[in-house]
Amino acid sequence: MSLVIKGAALLGGAAADLLVDDGVIRDVGSVPAPRGATVLDADGLVALPGLVDLHTHLREPGREDAETVLTGSRAAAVGGFTAVLAMANTDPVTDTAEAAERVLDLGRAAGLVDVQPVGAVTRGLAGEELAELGLMARSRARVRVFSDDGRCVHDARVMRRALEYVKAFGGVISQHAQDPQLAGPTACCHEGELSGRLGLPGWPGIAEEVIVARDVMLARHTGSRVHVAHVSTAGSVEVLRWARAQGIDVTAEVTPHHLLLTTDLLGGYDPTFKVNPPLRPDEDVVALRAALADGTIDAVATDHAPHARHDKEHAFVDAAFGMLGLETALSVVRTAMPESFGWPDVARVMSQAPARIAGLAGHGGSLAVGEPAHVTLVDASAAVTVDRDASVSMSRNNPWHGRSLTGAVVHTVRAGTVTVRDGALRPDGD
Amino acid sequence: MSPTEGPAERPAERTVLDARDISRALTRISHEILERNKGSADLYLLGLHTRGVPLAHRIGERIAAVEGHEVPVGSLDVTMYRDDLRSQPTRSPHKTSVPGGIDGRVVVLVDDVLFSGRTVRAALDALNDLGRPASVRLAVLVDRGHRELPIRADHVGKNLPSALAERVSVHLSETDGDDGVVIA
Amino acid sequence: MTRHLLSIDDLSVDDMTTVFDTAAEMHDVQRREVKKLPALRGRTVINLFFEDSTRTRSSFEIAGKWLSADTVNITGKGSSASKGESLRDTVRTICAMGVDALVMRHSASGAALQVSQWVDAVVINAGDGTHEHPTQALLDAYTLRQRLGSLEGRHVVMVGDLTHSRVFRSNVKSLTRLGARLTVVAPPTLMPSGIGAWSKEAGFETSYDLDAVLPDADAVMMLRVQRERMAGGFFPSAREYAVGYGLTRDRLATLGADAPILHPGPMNRGLEIAADAADAAQSVVLDQVSAGVAVRMSLLYHLLAGGDVS
Repeated sequence: MSLVIKGAALLGGAAADLLVDDGVIRDVGSVPAPRGATVLDADGLVALPGLVDLHTHLREPGREDAETVLTGSRAAAVGGFTAVLAMANTDPVTDTAEAAERVLDLGRAAGLVDVQPVGAVTRGLAGEELAELGLMARSRARVRVFSDDGRCVHDARVMRRALEYVKAFGGVISQHAQDPQLAGPTACCHEGELSGRLGLPGWPGIAEEVIVARDVMLARHTGSRVHVAHVSTAGSVEVLRWARAQGIDVTAEVTPHHLLLTTDLLGGYDPTFKVNPPLRPDEDVVALRAALADGTIDAVATDHAPHARHDKEHAFVDAAFGMLGLETALSVVRTAMPESFGWPDVARVMSQAPARIAGLAGHGGSLAVGEPAHVTLVDASAAVTVDRDASVSMSRNNPWHGRSLTGAVVHTVRAGTVTVRDGALRPDGD
Repeated sequence: MSPTEGPAERPAERTVLDARDISRALTRISHEILERNKGSADLYLLGLHTRGVPLAHRIGERIAAVEGHEVPVGSLDVTMYRDDLRSQPTRSPHKTSVPGGIDGRVVVLVDDVLFSGRTVRAALDALNDLGRPASVRLAVLVDRGHRELPIRADHVGKNLPSALAERVSVHLSETDGDDGVVIA
Repeated sequence: MTRHLLSIDDLSVDDMTTVFDTAAEMHDVQRREVKKLPALRGRTVINLFFEDSTRTRSSFEIAGKWLSADTVNITGKGSSASKGESLRDTVRTICAMGVDALVMRHSASGAALQVSQWVDAVVINAGDGTHEHPTQALLDAYTLRQRLGSLEGRHVVMVGDLTHSRVFRSNVKSLTRLGARLTVVAPPTLMPSGIGAWSKEAGFETSYDLDAVLPDADAVMMLRVQRERMAGGFFPSAREYAVGYGLTRDRLATLGADAPILHPGPMNRGLEIAADAADAAQSVVLDQVSAGVAVRMSLLYHLLAGGDVS
């Protein structure tokens, strides 16, 4: 079955048609549609390589009332993603080869995006003994990214061993950088003037920065690769900038919400805005945008964290951490970043860099002949008002509800199959 | 309590009692109270906020002048006892003060206008919580009719037939700067 | 007047004055033989306490009963989260019984505000985590006014664990708005994050040195310090705290003889306050408790007795 994508501006540049056959881009330019081919009108749209999310919580197994691999895949596709990395903090935890393969298979069954499991660094995310990293790497799931996300691998000895161990199979440790000793167990927001006034226990930025600093030194010492998940402070950016200048093998991601939302939103104690790492003050947001623009931060990753309504309807300190992000990521990045941050930059931080960091072959290409046909088509100037009830996620903890954002994903094509057309999910095999 | 209205807002108002009328009425009421009580023994004058309180004091002065000694005068706020609390925003209650207590006394409630009787009903309830008087009487400057409860005054300065829609306003120098009763 | 009382922010200075004026009348009722007013007859007030507090709960219960409200106490230890029920479900279930007011104590900051968005009942914050305790601040201000008259220009010194104190957070708002000059004193580890910018904006002073500010105080409020804070490394020992920040016998001598000593209770005698200070003639700790009932009667009356202001 052939597919022709007509008239898309490739990475925002010149318009061209893309001819796709057997999931591979066969021709680029002015291409007449072969007989029987599906035609996707992309006139006036921007074509990007399919988006890749380094950091998604799909909640299956364990919390299928909040999200499943299928519903999370739908949200990903609607958001323009063709591959997502599913975090390990499910129940049971993805800390064995079997658990990883199960997530892989659920993703294949859903068939909307490539669901690549992330393995836990330590057994049960307990931070004590290494999980079976090698067996997960050797499994059908070919796990390369390991993370205890939701918790920090705070024991320096464990972190050192993990970094060393994954060198054998080219793995990377994605660290949730947050020193638990620098905040109480009830910490729930950024520690600063507002938390002082609101009487909320907070995490100081330093709790993140000391771990980032420690881990880049461990990466240098071990000669291994560390990835810093959801960087949220200007201090972390400074450390990363220094580490890169030293040639240390460190990569980093930032979430869409940390590029736009600030801690001021907590004034009303609305748990929708409770997230970990917490929303920070404006000066951090500004530093994060600059770091994303100059490459100090490699990638945008959603940290999509669906929660059942009743897990958010608690007092602020008791409510669950996290917010939805898959469906709105591209619009938020487009809205948060300045005009000078062009479509090639968007492709870099939302597709190419994440694919490279995760070692996902076939993703994060350049829309050239011979590459897998993962394509996201975007209406660059669309003004979208987010409606949480229009989400295809099972959850409604959407911090963007009611906000106006710029730019919208119109069509998503994964391996030559249209998964989303005109913003709506397509049945399989269209 | 009756609302006061500025003349400018109520061009149709007319004065039914002037300062001298009020003074005469209070003197007569004072004498009636003494006659009825056969002297001032055990008398306790209790003014209802707002304008009943200065009226009670004026009556007290007249009785003292006749009897040669003071009779106790107190003040009673019935806000918390009203049956129409829920129909308006709350306001702070005034001071309730019953120096010496009312147990065994002959309490004369004093108010400016007797209308529906609901304020007096509230005052009787309030008295209940303050003590046990030997008897309770009611003195008012104006009785304008339209009772909604089985309550009557023992001493009335002036009976003033009025239409339900009319407003009867009592002004006193202590609260309003001058004395007068107007109807509008 | 406000619909809910969640924070001192809900009250204007005029509102506070109204609350104090009514409280003064209620104080008289407290001294009567028959302590009963019918103003809230037929109204149901639930004291919903997710956290222990005999003192505040009893005070609200007495206030409600003296106003003839039907008061019911519901205590739920631990958060509703630990019972598997959301806070929203818990309070909506209770309010479905037909409740006019919810007096709520919760260990989480902001809980009262959140609940006010979920129920139709009037919500009165009886302490939310380390955020606010508005009725305590109002009774403190009422007590101070009884002793000092107007608070305009008077210097109030507040000492103790500011970080974890809702009494501090409410009092900062009420006292500064009532015109008092406020100095808060604590070791740096017990000062809330960002207090430098906050104090500048809100107009109060901070100090680490109690001895420097005490002689100039018109009133001093000692805050409770929990011994468990030592485990968190906030200060090394009870002895060191008492020497540095307690109202000791020696410090009492430097305080003006007319300056009232306040404490929200329960007092840690020998830690933040020496017995000599707690029992001094200028100690108004028991007046605060008595004022608590009057102020809460006043608030219940103003928030519940009237009709819809709209």
